[in-house]
Amino acid sequence: MITLHINGEKHEINVSSEMPLLWAIRDIIGLTGTKYGCGKGLCGSCKVLLDNSPVQSCIIPVSAAEGKEILTIEGKSKNLQLLQQSWIDLNVPQCGFCQPGQLIAATALLDKNDNPNDTEIDEAMIGNICRCGTYQRIKKAIHKTVELKKQN
Amino acid sequence: MKTIKNISRRSFVKSIGLASGGLIIACNTSIFSDKDKIPKDLIDFNPNLFVQLNSDGSLILIASRSEMGNGVRTSLPSIIADEMDADWEKVTVKQATGDKKYGDQNTDGSRSIRYLFEPMRKMGAIARTMLISAAAQKWDVSTSECSAENHFIVHSSGKKIGFGDLVEIAKTLKTPEEDTLTYKSPKDYKYIGKDLSSVDVKDYVTGSAIYGLDKRLPNMKFMAVQRCPVTFGTIKSFDKTDALKIPGVEAVIELPRIERPFGALGGVGVIASNTWAAFKGKEALKIEWDFGENEVYNSKKFMNQITKNVHKNGKVLKDKGNISKAFKKASKIIESTFQLPHLIHAPMEVPVAIAWVQGDSCEVWASTQTPQASRKEVIDYLKTSEEKVTINVTLLGGGFGRKSKPDYVVEATIASKEINAPVQVVWTREDEIKHGYYHTVSAQYLKASLNNEGNVTGWLHRFALPSISSTFAPGVEYASGGESGSATNLPFNIKNVKVEIGKAKAHVRIGWLRSVINIPHGFSINVFADELAYAAGKDPLDFRLNLIGEDRIVNPKAKNLKLNSARLKNVLKVAAKNAKWGKELPEGHAYGLAVHYSFFSYVASVVEVSMKNNKLRVHNVYTAIDCGVVVNRNTIKAQMEGAAIFGMSLAYYGKITVKDGAIEQSNFHDYKMIRMNETPTVHVEIVESTEKSTGVGEPGVPVIAPAIVNAIYKLTGKRYYNLPLSDHGIV
Ligand code: FES
Ligand code: FES
Repeated sequence: MITLHINGEKHEINVSSEMPLLWAIRDIIGLTGTKYGCGKGLCGSCKVLLDNSPVQSCIIPVSAAEGKEILTIEGKSKNLQLLQQSWIDLNVPQCGFCQPGQLIAATALLDKNDNPNDTEIDEAMIGNICRCGTYQRIKKAIHKTVELKKQN
Repeated sequence: MKTIKNISRRSFVKSIGLASGGLIIACNTSIFSDKDKIPKDLIDFNPNLFVQLNSDGSLILIASRSEMGNGVRTSLPSIIADEMDADWEKVTVKQATGDKKYGDQNTDGSRSIRYLFEPMRKMGAIARTMLISAAAQKWDVSTSECSAENHFIVHSSGKKIGFGDLVEIAKTLKTPEEDTLTYKSPKDYKYIGKDLSSVDVKDYVTGSAIYGLDKRLPNMKFMAVQRCPVTFGTIKSFDKTDALKIPGVEAVIELPRIERPFGALGGVGVIASNTWAAFKGKEALKIEWDFGENEVYNSKKFMNQITKNVHKNGKVLKDKGNISKAFKKASKIIESTFQLPHLIHAPMEVPVAIAWVQGDSCEVWASTQTPQASRKEVIDYLKTSEEKVTINVTLLGGGFGRKSKPDYVVEATIASKEINAPVQVVWTREDEIKHGYYHTVSAQYLKASLNNEGNVTGWLHRFALPSISSTFAPGVEYASGGESGSATNLPFNIKNVKVEIGKAKAHVRIGWLRSVINIPHGFSINVFADELAYAAGKDPLDFRLNLIGEDRIVNPKAKNLKLNSARLKNVLKVAAKNAKWGKELPEGHAYGLAVHYSFFSYVASVVEVSMKNNKLRVHNVYTAIDCGVVVNRNTIKAQMEGAAIFGMSLAYYGKITVKDGAIEQSNFHDYKMIRMNETPTVHVEIVESTEKSTGVGEPGVPVIAPAIVNAIYKLTGKRYYNLPLSDHGIV
């Protein structure tokens, strides 16, 4: 038995300890918002927060996530919610498939850095591919979220 | 306009003719299957197949085309809602299953709006007309005193009634004849031409959007398939012992090759209780292959061969004027050879399909651009009849042409039939890159003559590329008509033009990829025209406008939507104006331009680049598009932004190579994509137009690579004729 804490909920699952976290989340626990894009840590579609750090869940064995707090796109965090609203306001997604991973990466950035500049955004988001090419709007939406936070 | 004709008396089903095939509009048949009926206490009114109005005022509109980031689930229903004067807030969009009654559903060729703008307006007009009649009947007044306004019918006296309250009467009315319908004036459009958010945006950002990869059924199994590394190779023998030892693996089956354009490639399928076990099981298989005849394919050698073929006379497609005379009399001759590699689609979501075969019936859930072709493949494989096969279309995590080839739907069907359970086939990224339908590889030779004034007097364009037709008719060795138009309809005012094609045999499955033949042709023509400008000692913008020449129709014999040189020049001027072409740029920066007509739309881009330590950077892209009447402004902008990135990815990194018949690339480390840090700012202007709506999804792509190459030349004096730029060490 492996115990996972996902979005504040406890899940006991019976899988091989080598199973990548991604597939435990998607196929065993049934949260399908976290996506498979490459399986090799190259595209960021599968990103989740593990104790507040962004990780590619496709290359992390489920055993490495035991006892840690996992946040997926279905979960709630202040920055994630603000970012989601900016994403909606600026119509960021095209096909939408990469966006859970993009939002998780952006959440991790804002959790650490209140006021990232363009270079810092590039660095935080470089691991996330968007084949539809929504990068420009993603960047804008991150800036917009920062502005909103400043106003409040 | 064709008239509506009765095709079935019983259910009073009517059909209207469409460019895209017949589209049936049925009256009084619910658009819901029994499974997902609306709540019992509601009454529904179905004026046609695309509209269901419920008595609580909620409105369900059908999207018949696939959503893959192209925005159709928003744009198509918004046309209906606008013409119906419905309140967009009350609209829910329902995805159509694959069925001929919806007309052509193949979401491909940038034609959803082009084909469906008028039919969708008609669906809205029918609904509105019937609601007006219902209100008039209720109030006992003339219909001419009633009008529709934001989900109400309003009488000239000021009284009004909600759409939902008219359902009961409207249900009893006859569908109006097509020639009695009236349409809104474009100036009254509420949604068309505006910025509408995607109806799915909330689901996208909360992770609740359901793609093919996310669909789950009770007792569903997951399958990964090992296919032969060489296209059309076959299995000699295989050992499944180790695969079966992987926890979670339940069965290993042999998949036959189905010899059809969209048939399964064949291979060994590992079926498991989760995706990871299926992937691991696949890796554990030991297979001996018979590679077959495509083992001879080496893309490097092949490039040399097709390059030779364009350096000698080919099959003549066009011969206007007298090219040899023009070349003889020239004061300057320029010639260049272009080489572009294979590409693969790499949609963010790999191909995925679920099939559930029960007896002679089958239900499919798939990320497919083409539910009807999927249905056809399943029907033929199972040798069953149409009504036994349902194709549900999920959201697509990108398509780019890959998902209009439903070979993966066939794989899922084979497996489900074999193991008697629902099966989801999931391609790995490696599978997607190694076993796709490849964008063609090409060699092109261009030669032109200039006279003393620097005007182009002769133009010879020769190209050789394995044709998409070879996927449908094995053995085809020449480009088809559809792969030639972008060369033969050269929009330049040149007296002597010759276009020829050379031989090229396909050794992998060749398929269409976002903007298709316009990638190689848009590249060579734009780069070569730029080269000619410098040879003539002229500014590339002035030279190009002059080369396009006077206002005229370039292809007067075309049936419809002719190429208008004035619109082509206009987008170039708009892009140049927005970029402030000619202005002083920062030290080490330069502009390049390209303009191209494809999918009946006109697109120009000016790009700003710089080079630092021999590394390229694209800073700005100024794109102008004329695609006729605008439906959703936001989508068009987004498509142009995305096309710039797609075009940059292929310009920088796009390259699939083949050794001994096997694809050498495997994942995003060796088939790279543009990322955030390389992203320019894309500035889009959509030209105002009252012309018919034309393509948007693809035409933004072809201009990007040549504009970049032209800008690099301006900056460094070095011109690149071969892509990707990573081969030249500058990215
Ligand atoms: S799926 Fe994990 S990084 Fe691509
Ligand atoms: S929105 Fe489609 S891959 Fe990013």
